[in-house]
Amino acid sequence: MAFFDYFKRAPKSASLAKDRLSIIVARERAGTRSGPDYLPALQQELLAVIARYETIDLANVTVNLDKSGGCEVLELNIVLPDSPPPPPPRLSQTVSV
Amino acid sequence: MSKVVVITSGKGGVGKTTTSANIATGIAQQGKKTVAIDFDVGLRNLDLVMGCERRVVYDFVNVIRNEAKLQQALIRDKRVENLYILPASQTRDKDALDPEGVGRVIEELKQMGFEYIICDSPAGIEKGAQMAMYFADEAIVVTNPEVSSVRDSDRVLGLLAAKTSRAELGGPAIRTHLLLTRYSPLMVKRGEMLSVGDVLELLGIPLLGVIPESKAVLQSSNKGAPAILDETTDVAQAYLDVVFRYLGQERQHRFIEEEKRSFLGRLFG
Ligand SMILES: Nc1ncnc2c1ncn2[C@@H]1O[C@H](COP(=O)(O)OP(=O)(O)OP(=O)(O)O)[C@@H](O)[C@H]1O
Ligand SMILES: [Mg+2]
Repeated sequence: MAFFDYFKRAPKSASLAKDRLSIIVARERAGTRSGPDYLPALQQELLAVIARYETIDLANVTVNLDKSGGCEVLELNIVLPDSPPPPPPRLSQTVSV
Repeated sequence: MSKVVVITSGKGGVGKTTTSANIATGIAQQGKKTVAIDFDVGLRNLDLVMGCERRVVYDFVNVIRNEAKLQQALIRDKRVENLYILPASQTRDKDALDPEGVGRVIEELKQMGFEYIICDSPAGIEKGAQMAMYFADEAIVVTNPEVSSVRDSDRVLGLLAAKTSRAELGGPAIRTHLLLTRYSPLMVKRGEMLSVGDVLELLGIPLLGVIPESKAVLQSSNKGAPAILDETTDVAQAYLDVVFRYLGQERQHRFIEEEKRSFLGRLFG
């Protein structure tokens, strides 16, 4: 509603767009832009392995290529699904290359 | 029976991907097993519009190069049953798609029981666009009421009649449908935009529907959820009409005339 929109701050869909983009852009940079030649294939194979575990949603996997102290780190973050009850703590794994 | 439908336009940015996502979603909602293939190699974005970009592992080109099985590359939609996406590749190799490979994948999709195979074409009239239309049974030509778009649509109609498998094998002509998108009845009324009638007269193919210019399209692409899923918007209504019409139901054309809006309607609309 135009009248009420005026008083709202940021539209909700725009922040959703930004969240989605920051995740996918990080993944694509890690897979294509920088780092050693084998990185794209490595990332694809890692994701393919994760995809075999149907309880894990690939939408909950983030990938990042970081430079820390002169070495490159491929960071893979997997949010494991809650298995009720009781909900276990959220675990994440980091794979360093 | 499977139907291969290409969504094509010649001109870029007219709404092919938006249309592919909405029509594929709408057809699947009617219980038909449907797949949307992104033919825009190098610029993939159908997965973004459909909101499954994070679930892409393998793509169309991986399948063609036998680097992955078709089943591994197909993404099952989370919201709509019977709906699958085959994402495009990010490769810069423009020759990644060849008729043999594309034909093999389409044949395999038919074997898997897909009733509708929706091919989202890249812009242009070069190889990429020709690959997307090559195996089509039907074409939805997406056109904006704008000079260059109408001209390009006419060129695409020429290609559909000459550079496709059906044309080369002398089969029945590809059925063509016009989808006029980003239409603004107010601008037409003011004489600032070509009317549906004008475009129909110029292109001479049957009208499948008119999709209004609407901010709901941007909102839905922000969310990664095709507009047709939220039935309250004008675009969703327009695409729903198109889907039902396409599946053979009678639907009056809407969104052609400017809607009368009251003062309160404008304030709160
Ligand atoms: N009915 C509409 N109302 C308003 N904006 C629209 C509408 N349809 C499409 N758009 C916008 O137009 C832009 C282009 O749309 P889309 O990506 O679907 O076009 P395309 O033909 O697939 O482009 P390309 O040729 O680059 O593949 C997008 O920003 C989209 O949000
Ligand atoms: Mg597109």
